[in-house]
Amino acid sequence: MTSIAEASPRRLRVSALDEPLPRPALLLAVAGLAWLGAGALVLSWPDVQELERTRLLGALALAFGTLQLAVYAGGWLFAWLARLGRFAPWLIVLAIWLTAWEIVTAKLDLLPLPFFPSPQAFVEVYTDDWRRLGESLLASLLLLFRGFAIGAAVGFVAGVALGWSKRAGYWIHPLMRLVGPLPATAWLPLAFFIFPTSAAASTFLIALATAFPLTVLTWSGVAGVQSAYYDVARTLGANSRFLVLRVAIPAALPHVFVGLFMGLGSSFAVLVVAEMLGVKSGLGWYLQWAQGWAAYANMYGALLVMALMCSALITLLFRVRDRLLAWQKGLVQW
Amino acid sequence: MVTLAERSIVATAPPIVGARLDVREVDHGFVLNGEDLPVLEDVSFGVAPGEFVALLGPSGCGKSTLLRLVAGLDQPRHGHLVVDGEEVTEPDPSRVVVFQDPTLYPWRTVWRNASLGLEARGLLKQQRSRVDEALALVGLDRFAHVYPHQLSGGMAQRASLARALVNDPKLLILDEPLGKLDSLTRLAMQSELTRLWQTRGFTVLMVTHDVEEALLLSNRVIVFSDRPARLRADLVVDLPYPRHRDHPELLRLRREILGLLGLGGDW
Repeated sequence: MTSIAEASPRRLRVSALDEPLPRPALLLAVAGLAWLGAGALVLSWPDVQELERTRLLGALALAFGTLQLAVYAGGWLFAWLARLGRFAPWLIVLAIWLTAWEIVTAKLDLLPLPFFPSPQAFVEVYTDDWRRLGESLLASLLLLFRGFAIGAAVGFVAGVALGWSKRAGYWIHPLMRLVGPLPATAWLPLAFFIFPTSAAASTFLIALATAFPLTVLTWSGVAGVQSAYYDVARTLGANSRFLVLRVAIPAALPHVFVGLFMGLGSSFAVLVVAEMLGVKSGLGWYLQWAQGWAAYANMYGALLVMALMCSALITLLFRVRDRLLAWQKGLVQW
Repeated sequence: MVTLAERSIVATAPPIVGARLDVREVDHGFVLNGEDLPVLEDVSFGVAPGEFVALLGPSGCGKSTLLRLVAGLDQPRHGHLVVDGEEVTEPDPSRVVVFQDPTLYPWRTVWRNASLGLEARGLLKQQRSRVDEALALVGLDRFAHVYPHQLSGGMAQRASLARALVNDPKLLILDEPLGKLDSLTRLAMQSELTRLWQTRGFTVLMVTHDVEEALLLSNRVIVFSDRPARLRADLVVDLPYPRHRDHPELLRLRREILGLLGLGGDW
């Protein structure tokens, strides 16, 4: 019975009334002051480089610093605000990094342009080019979603078929062994030639990159299901449809999610390459376009957006997994 | 642990007519690394409806193989297994197996594990209350919505017992169901098994390694030889329940069985 109490330690801790309220971390106030200092430096030290968004950058830094001080003050009243104090060390480092970056670029012009743009040039990308960036993000997401959905569906079905049916295995296995290990990008020249549009070609490539890892992992998941699980279901009157849908697939789900994770990773790679080489939209295309104009600030800006997109998608996948595999012990926290 | 008196549900559930089992001249074996490995040789015996029969024998002699044949999970090479006059050709929910490992599905709560048989046969919607009844019967009603990894070994085995009982089996096939439990839990589960069997009236076929357990629970003990398993003895245990492990007749039978298993003299 102890195991049940251990399963929900968090709930126990919340109800502990005698525990003192957490005090706001003093470090958060330090972080706020650091950001105020960074803002003051941006505004008061005249730029050497010719830049447009210096005042906006300074204002943003001042506002951010003020916000941190407000959170610190509010932490004396609300416990949930006080808990934000754990970000303080990161915030301090970021303030120092921003200040140093500002000094060596905008203020002293020590780093060569256009390769190392200043922070305000970075800000300028978002204030002046947000529409094009937004459209590129949307285009990338759409293409990725289409390719990933098709690839995941095909890979999942192929994996289950491989693990379950000998006859399906006879046909799918050799194909998968030959085509699967080939990087999807190797198909690029051919795909753009065969498919009517570059969007269709890219969708195919992303689907291909997603399907292979998912097929292999779903297959091994289904093949690895304990035979005792089937015995139990069979003695209870299960037909083979029940065995596949209610026993094999749920038992294989942890493997399936590893496959989806790997498939998503390789679909990112193919997405960017396809957009750089063929598709005339999306973040990969934006990067390529920015490079053509030597607009390095735009490249950094697009890279950050891309990183946030990929990270958000992986986070989403892990959330779904945590929900579906709540029964598993010892899940990795992404 | 919930006491007997609290479970009025046992009395209300309608009793079942146990199945009659006939094992006739069954031979079975496996091919292992290209070599033929006979496991069962000319095994014949009958079990009357409502009887509790224990199968004893040396480790690895083929008792569990016999249970798989009775359950319909495998087909014998030769011979017949007949339940209530019908040849066993495939598994059937009227003959449910409880394995040594609880083999609960970790992705399902206790309740959803227990409801497995009803769900597989499409009866869950009409008969949801039977799952609750079965869980109450094994004392797990408070743990219905817990996942298996949160259960202790004994609780998990009760859950797998509930999963079997939901189907109102006519023949309960037990493959060392208590083998992995600690001795105290084991004793408690032994008396619960006896109680369930007495109140519900199903036939029980149980493989065990424990001579004492066989004698405490069953009407008859069938002793097998080493592999390939042949019938060595068929002993009737005609004692009222609950039995006491120090009863002289039990001690005499225990000595006799241990002798048959090659452990005479020193015991």
